[in-house]
Amino acid sequence: MKDKKRRLSLIVALFFLLSLLFSFAESAEQDIPKKFFVPPPPFTPGIFPCSQCHQGMPVNRKPRKLEQMHQEIQLKHMPGGWCFDCHNPDNRDKLRLANGQLISFEESYYLCAQCHGVVFREWKAGLHGKRTGMWNGEKQYLLCVHCHWPHEPRFKPIQPLPPPMRPSDIK
Amino acid sequence: MNRIKGNRAERKIDRRTFIKGAALGLAAAALPLNKSDASFWEAFFQKHFREMNDEEIKKVLQRLEKEAEQKYKKAVKIGNEKAMPGVLFGYGLDLSRCIGCRRCVYACVEENNQSKDPQIHWITVLRFKKGEKWVDLEESEKYYNPSLVPEKDYFYMPVQCQQCENPPCVRSCPTQATWKEPDGIVVIDYNWCIGCRYCMAACPYGARRFNWSAPNRKPEEINPKTHYLGNRPRYKGVVEKCTFCIQRTRNGRYPACVEACPVGARKFGNLLDPNSEIRYAIENKRVFRLKEDLNTSPKFYYFFAYGV
Ligand code: HEC
Ligand code: HEC
Ligand code: HEC
Ligand code: HEC
Repeated sequence: MKDKKRRLSLIVALFFLLSLLFSFAESAEQDIPKKFFVPPPPFTPGIFPCSQCHQGMPVNRKPRKLEQMHQEIQLKHMPGGWCFDCHNPDNRDKLRLANGQLISFEESYYLCAQCHGVVFREWKAGLHGKRTGMWNGEKQYLLCVHCHWPHEPRFKPIQPLPPPMRPSDIK
Repeated sequence: MNRIKGNRAERKIDRRTFIKGAALGLAAAALPLNKSDASFWEAFFQKHFREMNDEEIKKVLQRLEKEAEQKYKKAVKIGNEKAMPGVLFGYGLDLSRCIGCRRCVYACVEENNQSKDPQIHWITVLRFKKGEKWVDLEESEKYYNPSLVPEKDYFYMPVQCQQCENPPCVRSCPTQATWKEPDGIVVIDYNWCIGCRYCMAACPYGARRFNWSAPNRKPEEINPKTHYLGNRPRYKGVVEKCTFCIQRTRNGRYPACVEACPVGARKFGNLLDPNSEIRYAIENKRVFRLKEDLNTSPKFYYFFAYGV
């Protein structure tokens, strides 16, 4: 009798968990196809498409100090991470999510969203980052990488514009 | 309701009789006689903006556009977009992001045709030391000028017109040259402002600015897209302030400061729209307003999106 009850509650619990999982999967699915209107990614002029060099170039998966190219890239993000946590080894013109899905550079927010879910949610709502355009209509989103250099994402200090004149300076 | 109506009518009559007296009587002597052209007298007898019908407003706008064109040698469009139904504007400022770079201050100057010399800024960015008692606006520093911002140990708070639901400036104006529009924007009619500056004394946020002398901008610096109640050219002796960029926002655009902010600290939208970013901020962050105890009920919300 007791056993049966326990089994029943186990089944109920399992069912509940499963449905939770499904609802997660569903919301993830709803998220992925949605494209946000963004300005072009802030590439260094001339660097894209990456395939202009990388097509046919052997892939070197070993974490190392780059010496022939991209020397300016010093990873100061995700301790222990490496280029191919984000870039796609086989087609360098795409980014790669942890589940293997390839995305374009115009959708790099999905890459960031894997680890920064809360920020991504607030970005979609217009709270984190910036939207321009119409407050009551079509909006353009800045990509995360317009503000955060992905290899060293801390926002860099900038020069302030001049302070107001003091009353004593006004003739 | 009735009482308020009665009061307003009385006040209007006050101003009318003052004008008539002035025109007929002693002040007439003080008026420059060479200014006897039609446009001058039209301006002088201009009705209160909210009492004019569309036809009358159109004529006023045409006259002002002509004046502006003569002065700046370029076409200046003075619009009169009305408040949209179902819209109440609200503003949010994320103090955990603001880095005090003043990009907003100068974007506002350019958009809204503020005088360069003498200098007028509608936005003032205040700097506070972290951890200190800081809501005291008078204790802040607005002349900070390091080589880089943000500075460790400081945070920054931009202040501009808070667009109060219950604006003390409006109540203090003896000529009703300033009022609150249906979309919540507090506006000024520069042709009715007599420059008494009672509103400046009444504003708890120090948000209003006075044109001590004729505002100065080079013609090429004039933003020709203007609104009668916003960024159209101003005169010596009138008060001005932030209008949430009425000339942009009534056309669906974001205010200039929102678009200029490099860190995305500035949020704007319709308080009546549950999907707006301002509603998201109010519902998901702990927001506060400046000097809440005064019951001015600003529509300008500050918050810390993270940390602190
Ligand atoms: C956190 C994920 C991530 C990691 C790790 C990462 N990148 Fe990137 N990288 C990006 C994203 C996203 C962009 C796109 C930026 C843009 O849109 O301009 C980018 C852009 C680039 C660019 C173009 C830069 C330019 O100047 O425009 C190069 C080159 C590059 N990455 C190389 C590397 C190398 C080499 C590594 C390893 C040392 C690396 N990346 C590691 C995410 C990453
Ligand atoms: C001008 C040619 C050139 C372009 C364009 C270029 N790369 Fe590279 N890339 C190289 C070379 C050469 C190396 C090898 C550097 C080394 O081993 O020191 C390299 C290495 C890398 C690596 C390290 C892993 C590996 O395969 O060796 C990544 C990741 C990478 N590039 C990504 C990119 C991305 C992303 C872009 C486009 C945004 C890009 N590259 C554009 C030449 C280029
Ligand atoms: C694989 C997980 C992962 C991905 C993908 C990822 N990040 Fe991060 N990120 C981290 C971790 C972990 C930290 C905190 C540790 C650190 O500061 O390095 C972090 C920190 C940050 C910070 C704070 C940095 C600081 O110093 O305060 C920013 C900003 C950031 N990430 C932006 C991005 C952006 C933009 C992307 C997409 C291009 C991205 N991240 C993709 C894991 C990730
Ligand atoms: C308009 C510029 C802008 C955009 C766009 C933007 N951020 Fe940020 N982000 C900032 C600023 C400013 C900070 C605070 C300063 C800092 O610590 O670097 C910040 C902080 C962060 C942090 C640190 C944690 C925190 O809350 O302070 C993470 C992580 C982050 N951003 C991720 C993202 C991701 C992911 C995206 C895209 C979905 C994104 N950002 C888009 C400007 C931006």
